[in-house]
Amino acid sequence: MHFVEIIKRDLRLALRQRSDAAMIVLFFVLTAALFPFGVGPEANQLAAIAPGVIWVTALLAVLLSLERLFLADYEDGSLELMALSRVPLELTLIAKVLAHWLTTGLPLIAAAPLIAILFNMPSEALPTLIAAMLLGTPTLSLIGSIGAALTLGARRGGILIPLLVLPLYIPTLIFGVSAVDAALGGFPVRPHLMMLGAILLISLVVSPLAGAAGLRQANE
Amino acid sequence: MPAFEGQNLACNRAGRRVFAALNFTLPAGGALILRGPNGSGKSSLLRILAGLLTPTEGELRWNGACIKDDPEIFQGNLCYLGHGNAIKTVLTTYENLAFWAKLYPPKSAGAGAADGGFAENDPSAETKSRDLQTLLTQALEHFSLTPLRDVPGRQLSSGQSRRLALARLLTSPAHIWLLDEPSVGLDDVSLKRLESAIAQHRSTGGLVIVATHTPLEMPGAETLALEDFAAPAFEPASLENSW
Repeated sequence: MHFVEIIKRDLRLALRQRSDAAMIVLFFVLTAALFPFGVGPEANQLAAIAPGVIWVTALLAVLLSLERLFLADYEDGSLELMALSRVPLELTLIAKVLAHWLTTGLPLIAAAPLIAILFNMPSEALPTLIAAMLLGTPTLSLIGSIGAALTLGARRGGILIPLLVLPLYIPTLIFGVSAVDAALGGFPVRPHLMMLGAILLISLVVSPLAGAAGLRQANE
Repeated sequence: MPAFEGQNLACNRAGRRVFAALNFTLPAGGALILRGPNGSGKSSLLRILAGLLTPTEGELRWNGACIKDDPEIFQGNLCYLGHGNAIKTVLTTYENLAFWAKLYPPKSAGAGAADGGFAENDPSAETKSRDLQTLLTQALEHFSLTPLRDVPGRQLSSGQSRRLALARLLTSPAHIWLLDEPSVGLDDVSLKRLESAIAQHRSTGGLVIVATHTPLEMPGAETLALEDFAAPAFEPASLENSW
């Protein structure tokens, strides 16, 4: 019940500040569109690097959105009130992360096919790309919430977040790309997707605990 | 019987002892005013009472039971008003208040539910939401915010924002109000409204603890001067320890 209220509030906030979410997607598309200029327009080469480019740019786009995950609530005192309510802070954190994923992860997934077409990626790998991103982007939001929570009190939190979070993103990146590569090469994609699922499950357990501890620390 | 008491509380901030050996007792319906110069630990004490900060020493008791034994019952019983107003600039006055009222669910008006328990004949969701609407409207009316009901938070002045934060108190089911400088930015009329809200709350057995510099009229309120509990400015022993 309260879980839903927090999600509803964050979605409403995101809807009224649409430019924030739009900026993330725009960053994703524009950064990816730069690569053909950098590596040259050779069609086969572009198709080969497409999975990697899509995942790396998606990861950077999520990174860009992490700072505003808790910062506004921290600054105006909302976070204190959330910590003091009867809802466990871990649950509050999951609700906020879910809202974050719905407003950043999901739009990125929707924009990914556009980049795949732009890079001439064979369309038979598209379902795998979507599936991998559906499993991988929630992990990015979850792990990111730890970094966002830990850097709340810090003066240059926005710069610290990538340092803390990027190393933890590497497993998701590896299996996300290898799933799409497997689909392109005609190999089974299931093992890669299962690894992504496993990483998601682990971060689903660890992130709320670590993130809530970080939020409590920030509230002190 | 003391409803709420603190025993031998001490607080360290950034390695500095802010206050020590602080005791207070508050009966039901009581009020406590925290006074002291800036930096004497009024806000820290309120944050300790709210459970945001852990005291370095000492313990808190609510109805005779140590709070650490059952922090959730206690936390459900308090309403904390800090420096921040927790107002979202893109939500309207009503939406802001409604969110906090849902996160701190008020006791349903007619049901008379026991604390933290459930009413035997659980009122339907429809009655509940109507009760909530009435409660929110009353709270807005009390602080003269009804004309600003649909105005987004960014258009509120600082005094109006403070009034909206105060309206949250009226929707909360809490027995204990912890108010940190509640009168900041308030005009005289709003100040009177705040005093009447506090009096109303106390008349139903509620407790109020206020840190304030402006005189608030609260009959029978006790005053706690925090400078009396201040630690000496320079403690050679503690300096030695930190090396």
